[in-house]
Amino acid sequence: MDSDLFCEGLVRRFGSNAAVDHISLDVPAGTFFSILGPSGCGKTTLLRLLAGFDKPDEGDIHIRGQRMNDVPPNRRPVNMVFQHLALFPAMSVGDNIGYGLKRRKVPVAERRKRIAGVLEQVGLPGLEYRDPQELSGGQRQRVALARCLVLEPTLLLLDEPLGALDLKLREQMKVELKHLQKQFGTTFVYITHDQSEAMVMSDQVAVMREGRFDQVAPPEELYREPATPFVAGFVGDNNRLAGELVAIRDNLAEIRLDDGSLVQGRVASGDLETGRRAELYIRPESLVLSGDALSTGFSAMQAKVRTTLFDGANSRVEAENGGQPVYARLPQDGSAPKLSAGSAIRLAWDPVLARVFGADNP
Amino acid sequence: MARSSRSTRKHAVLLSATLATGGFANATAAEELRLITWGGYAPDDVVAQFEEETGIDVQVTLSNNEDMISKLRATGGAGFDLAQPSQDRIVGVQRQFNIYKPIDFSRVDADQLQPAMVKATQDSTELDGKYYGVPSVWGTSGLIVHNSVADVVTDYTDLCDPAVAGEVSYRLKRPTLIGFAFAMGMDPFAAYDNREEYESILAKVEDKLIDCKSNVKTYWTGGDQLLALLRTGEVTAAMAWDAGGWKLNAENPEIRFVAPDSGALGWIDTFAIPRRSENEEAAYKWINFVMQPEIAAKITNESGNFTASKGADEYVKAELRDAYRASFDDSAINNIKWYPPVPPGLETMEGQVLDTVQAAN
Amino acid sequence: MRSSVSRLSLWLLLTPFLLWIVLLVLLPHLQMLRVSFQVRESWDTLTWGLQQYQNFFTESYYWRTFVRTGVMSLFTTFLTLIIAFPIAWYIARLARGRSKGILFMACLIPFWASELVRTYGWMILLRESGLFSSWLQALGWVDGPVEMLYNDVAVIIGLVYNGLLFMVVPLVTTLDGMDENLVEAGYDLGGGHGTVLREIVVPWAMPSIVSGCIVVFMLTLGSYLTPVLMGGKDSAWFTEQIFTQFITRFNWEQGAALGVLLLVLSSVIVWLGLKVSGQSLRKVMG
Repeated sequence: MDSDLFCEGLVRRFGSNAAVDHISLDVPAGTFFSILGPSGCGKTTLLRLLAGFDKPDEGDIHIRGQRMNDVPPNRRPVNMVFQHLALFPAMSVGDNIGYGLKRRKVPVAERRKRIAGVLEQVGLPGLEYRDPQELSGGQRQRVALARCLVLEPTLLLLDEPLGALDLKLREQMKVELKHLQKQFGTTFVYITHDQSEAMVMSDQVAVMREGRFDQVAPPEELYREPATPFVAGFVGDNNRLAGELVAIRDNLAEIRLDDGSLVQGRVASGDLETGRRAELYIRPESLVLSGDALSTGFSAMQAKVRTTLFDGANSRVEAENGGQPVYARLPQDGSAPKLSAGSAIRLAWDPVLARVFGADNP
Repeated sequence: MARSSRSTRKHAVLLSATLATGGFANATAAEELRLITWGGYAPDDVVAQFEEETGIDVQVTLSNNEDMISKLRATGGAGFDLAQPSQDRIVGVQRQFNIYKPIDFSRVDADQLQPAMVKATQDSTELDGKYYGVPSVWGTSGLIVHNSVADVVTDYTDLCDPAVAGEVSYRLKRPTLIGFAFAMGMDPFAAYDNREEYESILAKVEDKLIDCKSNVKTYWTGGDQLLALLRTGEVTAAMAWDAGGWKLNAENPEIRFVAPDSGALGWIDTFAIPRRSENEEAAYKWINFVMQPEIAAKITNESGNFTASKGADEYVKAELRDAYRASFDDSAINNIKWYPPVPPGLETMEGQVLDTVQAAN
Repeated sequence: MRSSVSRLSLWLLLTPFLLWIVLLVLLPHLQMLRVSFQVRESWDTLTWGLQQYQNFFTESYYWRTFVRTGVMSLFTTFLTLIIAFPIAWYIARLARGRSKGILFMACLIPFWASELVRTYGWMILLRESGLFSSWLQALGWVDGPVEMLYNDVAVIIGLVYNGLLFMVVPLVTTLDGMDENLVEAGYDLGGGHGTVLREIVVPWAMPSIVSGCIVVFMLTLGSYLTPVLMGGKDSAWFTEQIFTQFITRFNWEQGAALGVLLLVLSSVIVWLGLKVSGQSLRKVMG
């Protein structure tokens, strides 16, 4: 597949601080690419470089093989859905969508047809003459999308457009966006700080931190095989257990936790050295509440129950080990023992599901 | 400590009670003279001296003829205790709007005044056998010229001479109409009561002023504006008041006030008492005070205009006396055309002429 | 019971405002309207009639001054808008921090002085012996002194200067509140500078453009000193006419009629402006 977007060594500095620090990326045509990171990680700056509102200090941006660095935003085959949508308040829905077509000198009749068409596609047929302010949040979202998609851009940039929606609508729009992307076949570059949005919708997710990509991978790989402790902690819930590395054997690292228990996990980084500090990441759903019986090869540790958190399928127990909080998923069949605050439990896991990073590894 | 705070509180209560109840009573109790007059006619030191001697508080409002009349007309003669309109602007206005009350000459110290001035003022401010004005300050309008054009401009109509094209200024006001009429050999004052004749005079003046328009740099509207124009040399000849000319002469001897060949136009500013004056007593006190020779001379020195006070001349600044003599020889003084009272309705006729002149291209 | 108390307090709160409106705005205007329909038969008798209004239409000087004043005020308003918009844009969107405040103050400072002082300022610059004239001579661009005062251009310069602040302030306020993303979206969807300005910025700023224009237009129409002092020999201004009628001609009846006509003219033009720009007074003044 051809690349719709290809960037190499992008740098954007503000003063001495590089908001975008040598970023390279390659987005194949027709895919949904997300950039996930906490606020201030530089993702918005990166997006503005792609849109053309800002220029990189170093590096190149290619769209379908064309260098874009010096092309102004109105000449780039790129459109953007803004965080607050930026629908033109003085125009009707139809005029908002027609704005770009008018700039391309599309004749009126043709324009009208295409506006009606795209409104149909985003599920808002016949709303051309409405005032955007009269629409619901979700409807306005779709108008903002339609306004870009009607221009059939090579690349659609989305700047956290779901942030302003309430939870329920956000869940719904996530799915919808994914469908729309497939339906239009347009390449989406989506930035968000919400890992669940990125996971649900994307073909590829780049996790960004301090101007750099920590890892670029499909969602599942990101979840199962985080490349850095940051990704491990940022993507999905995770427990972090700190201790001292005792030994490495068969790609398994053995750690002595601060409470003295000896546990194991898969080696995830190359900087592990025996005798140094290390961190073990294990997801709550991988922890098993075990009695005295222990499956072969499993690691286990003692913990003290703080409280239980009932949340349907996502119910958890909050416990503590050596002062650090530990969360474990409760069995969904309700077979969990009665856990009262202060009671001792034993948490066990399959070492293959745990990942161990060197603690000094940033 | 406790005692003093109690007494303070008592005082505060007393004070606020006084303020609350005595507000209106106080206004009448404190002697006050509300004077509406021209700039320079009530210098600060004169006001201070008067306040000291009489204990009367003087509130001065600066104004001009039209403004004075309008203000008094709007209130039916209230709001001021003493006014200073020109002698020709009293009778017509009084007949039409009834804003003044007659002067009680028994309360005026006539010995301080020049009898000829008193007579002239009485003649022109008489209505139904009563007199409405006491003479105060007099002056003329004529020409202010730079020496370079003094040979060219000796009368109002010379302002239209091509030699001074673009360097001339006058007002679009009635004195200009009157001055031009005299300079054109007519006598507008004699025609004041003959409407038709006055109209025909105005028609001729109108034509002349329209012809003359291209010569004019701008029609001046304020004294300061005119002085600036003459001072910078942007204008070399203008129709204006004598006092302004003498003031410029003191700064630059090249600029002089001259009485035009056809005669300077003379006016007398008077004292007149508004019909609803609230403190007539103070008004007469002020009249008698400022017409004392020494005080009157102070006013002359301040405003540049001469006074109707008898014997004030010897206290007037020497430069001013010299400038006056340079502008007026005996024949020029005899040739001064004193404004007679303006009959009602004249201003409307003149107004139309002035509008036409302004509109003309 | 409670509602009558709250109604009473509402009235009490409104009283100063109502008094102000009635005593200082409504009554004088009604009085002026009444006077304008009086005709002076002789110096002490009055009757009712339309004489003053007839005078206005038959005396070409009046209505020509009237039209001239209206047209020049409209032009001044337009020019003020054209000049104020970039200034407001700069202050609202480009200037940052301190310089923003300083620029805003720079616009405000001239208004600490009275209109008279401001007008004299311009006169010092523009007059024949003034600064501009001597600079031009010093630069050798002209041979002799140039008179730039006493013509319509000078009047318009003075009027624009007087109106500028009243245009800049509302524009800065709205432009300041405009989401930067709107402009970016305008470019992003293919618009050039002109398109973004026309299709996005101007419609956004429309209410403040209209309110600024109304204020500047009214100020200009009602200004007196600037046209009188800076105008040429035949540059009459309508307020000057009214002033002359009231003050120097003692013709209150004619003055009142001209005043009423000016009020009607300004109301009609403001109404037309609102209609054409598709704004409502409520939106513009809110």
